[in-house]
Amino acid sequence: MTTKPQPKTAEPPPSDLIAIEINGRSMQARKGSMVIQVADAAGIYIPRFCYHHKLSIVANCRMCLVEIERAPKPMPACATPVAAGMKVFTHSEAARYSQKAVMEFLLINHPLDCPICDQGGECPLQDLALGYGKDVSRYAENKRVVADLDIGPLIATDMTRCIHCTRCVRFGQEIAGIMELGATGRGEHMEIGTFIERSVSSELSGNVIDLCPVGALTSKPFRFTARAWELISHDAVSPHDCVGSNLNVQVRGRRVMRVLPRENEAINECWLSDRDRYSYEAVNSDERLQVPMIRINDRWTEVDWSTALEFAASGLARVIDQHGADQLGALAAPGSTLEEFYLLQKLMRSLGSGNVDHRLRQVDFSDDDVAPVYPWLGQSIADLENLEAVLLVGSYLRKDQPILGHRVRKAQLQGAQVMAINPVDYDFTYKLAHAVITNPLEMVKSLARVAKALSARKPGILAQKPEWFSALEPNPAERAIAEVLAGKDRSGVLLGNYAASHPQAAVIRVLAELVAEAADATLGQLAEGNGVGGWLGGCVPHRGPAGTAALSGRTTQAMIDEPRRGFVVLGAEPELDCLDGAGARRAMEAAEFVVMLAVFKPSSATTRALEYADVLLPLAPFTETEGTFVNCEGRAQSFANATRPLGEARPGWKILRVLGNHLGQSGFDYVSIDDVRAELDRGQIAPSGRLKHRALAQRLSGERPALARITEVPLYAVDSCVRRAPGLQRTTDNPPPPVRMNARQIEALGLDDAQQVTVRAGEGEATLPLLVDPRVPDGCVWVPGGYPQTFALAPHGATSVIKAAGA
Amino acid sequence: MTAQTSPVSSIDLISPDSRARIDDSIAKYPPERKQAAVMAALLIVQEQNGGWLSTELMDAVAEYLEMPPIAVYEVATFYTLYDLEPVGRHKVYVCTNIACMLCGCQVIVDHLQKKLGIELGETTADRKFTIKEAECLAACGGAPMFMVDGVYYENLTPAKVDEILDSLE
Repeated sequence: MTTKPQPKTAEPPPSDLIAIEINGRSMQARKGSMVIQVADAAGIYIPRFCYHHKLSIVANCRMCLVEIERAPKPMPACATPVAAGMKVFTHSEAARYSQKAVMEFLLINHPLDCPICDQGGECPLQDLALGYGKDVSRYAENKRVVADLDIGPLIATDMTRCIHCTRCVRFGQEIAGIMELGATGRGEHMEIGTFIERSVSSELSGNVIDLCPVGALTSKPFRFTARAWELISHDAVSPHDCVGSNLNVQVRGRRVMRVLPRENEAINECWLSDRDRYSYEAVNSDERLQVPMIRINDRWTEVDWSTALEFAASGLARVIDQHGADQLGALAAPGSTLEEFYLLQKLMRSLGSGNVDHRLRQVDFSDDDVAPVYPWLGQSIADLENLEAVLLVGSYLRKDQPILGHRVRKAQLQGAQVMAINPVDYDFTYKLAHAVITNPLEMVKSLARVAKALSARKPGILAQKPEWFSALEPNPAERAIAEVLAGKDRSGVLLGNYAASHPQAAVIRVLAELVAEAADATLGQLAEGNGVGGWLGGCVPHRGPAGTAALSGRTTQAMIDEPRRGFVVLGAEPELDCLDGAGARRAMEAAEFVVMLAVFKPSSATTRALEYADVLLPLAPFTETEGTFVNCEGRAQSFANATRPLGEARPGWKILRVLGNHLGQSGFDYVSIDDVRAELDRGQIAPSGRLKHRALAQRLSGERPALARITEVPLYAVDSCVRRAPGLQRTTDNPPPPVRMNARQIEALGLDDAQQVTVRAGEGEATLPLLVDPRVPDGCVWVPGGYPQTFALAPHGATSVIKAAGA
Repeated sequence: MTAQTSPVSSIDLISPDSRARIDDSIAKYPPERKQAAVMAALLIVQEQNGGWLSTELMDAVAEYLEMPPIAVYEVATFYTLYDLEPVGRHKVYVCTNIACMLCGCQVIVDHLQKKLGIELGETTADRKFTIKEAECLAACGGAPMFMVDGVYYENLTPAKVDEILDSLE
């Protein structure tokens, strides 16, 4: 029997309070709360294994037994509701007797081999055995042994150590929303596991390691590499998505040994996505660029910093001298820090070029002038779980922003209706109330039809572009979406990663705004990485820092389409980080001089950077630099470096500062990062989800090709760091990129018996395995981006698929 | 054949006849509580499959009832009436619980093992019989007892056991 945790409300009315006494201390407790909750709030510790404040209550470990006056037997504090006048004793002789008895039972089957257990030193069972265990076991029989199954590259199992608290099982059911671990067998034969050998697929799976109170579930990459007491914890913030999850980066010596969540109820609660937890593996990789390098006559030479910076500065100066500053462009990875964004654009603009952008996976920039000051979530992250209706547009929220996906799931569990207009029928951890799954161009029309269905409420919303809507007739699903959005008090529209990279992203944004306005819904935009920081730092071509006017220039796409003679690339791998990877490569190859600030050595297997770059400057990743990430709710979180940069790598802000000096620019004399922050005073910027006006000259929809490519970048391909994290790369979420189509489409193309197919899109071609996937709509082929195998393919538009030669 | 996406749909492993019977069970519960029919569904597909459940069949039941596969494995591994390995044509469940024990079930167990040449939990080489130890089958008044293919036989003696088993095909 499980009991739902009580929903928390701010201040209970006095009538809800009752007086109880714990260990002789009188206190007020809210009716319906459990003894353990009241004790926790009062700072009275009761031992426990199965109880966790974020999970349902099962009371199956019995460690929290306490004595309650007039109760005939000891009661589990986690499952005993408080009652008026209740007197609880947590440390009385009777309570201690019960707790010790439970501990003796728990240790019957638990191996007493802490010295060889990875949990040793941070193990609740070990700690509590010290307080409640006996010196010598009375148990002389054989202990239970459980065979281990491989459950994937992230979690190591030693199920013989399991004490059956079922926290991991409940986590799967209640938080991750996908039950992968269970309790099979019965009594003495009960085992926690997956039963059959299979990788767990949850994007939040690593949290079971934190939840496990023993050494049964431990981190596979971290295993046997360090003891908890050798590690020093540093506060950090994750760069991989727009959530800004709070991290504890744990360091031994100078090496990052592991990353754990840092509890922040407003952002990630006590959870962490696997991407944020395991990406650190890359910062220790052999592929790190550790020394500055320059290329002279096609030979790469390791040089000292001043030579490299002088070489970079003179090369950039030569481009300016010969071709003008406008021939200079800069591309920044979305995971750069606010300070890096700011200094990069300051450097470029002081050199006379406004060609600076961080939106590498965006192709439609036509609404830049009317865009809000930064892409805003439209509410706080915590507020997402209070929504009653959510419309996801072009978003695989669950995988792209796992923590936000969890918040929306919480809303759904409380009865919210989650709906989607998506190019793929993604696997959410809940049933969508209504969904339109259609090809990329039709998605736009579908959103327009939802707007039309809502126009009865606010007819004015169609006035700007009546010709867009006149011929449209909403279908039942679109009517239902409109009805739900309008019918709920708190509803929201969220534009996801796919919507931002859509060829008509600007039209989607304006339509989403119309829908949100008509339905009185919030409108949220999700940027990649520290994209909000990119906007606020001025790393956009049309505005300076904090939305101020500044020298304007070319967008990412314009820099690709009209290649510049010189490029500065900050932390990005152009082929893989730009949606138009082939175009990015062409632009880089056409340039005369390319300066790359790179965390990793370019690999000839994935990039031609060794051929087109002229200078490689070793850049410190998020664990080795101080900086600020601004998340999608506009929350700026500054952090210090967790460890010193590897080799001769340097923080980006310092590299850009000195590069500014070398180029003879004034205003680059910062002593500390605080000087940069002081200059970059974001002031009080009121976030807004609204476009300033909607005068857009675009057509509603373009020409629909016979077969359209759906391009999205899966979660473990998003940036150079996660692409090099070996654990993440081996998960089931990161298979070698396939070509996915539904069975009808495969039949229509005569590919029934094909295993390998050749895809052509734009000027690119790739031969990949073919998968039948009923989630892909007709007329579409889903080929992920962000992979060396697929970057050559044009991201949008007409695509052809034929059987691979020789296959 | 083109490769499939995982998970592969295994729902077709359930025969139309079994589906009809599972649907009857589902109908006994509220529509949003389909999974309440999991125990009945497992018995039905086990019968269809010659007395045992393969992982694929459990997956099929999970898919049919819209449950996570692990939740079905939990049920199937908990109860002794589900077999997860191939079994003989006739399943003999001998009760060894308290009442049967007091009335001499050990004689019955010994006799069965000797007669068939197998231990409890094993299947004869000709795949005719599987014998299993059962906890109380709620027929204490007729102890010692066993259940063969769902039929109870009470007040057993070795001679009676011979008679019953020999009468089976």
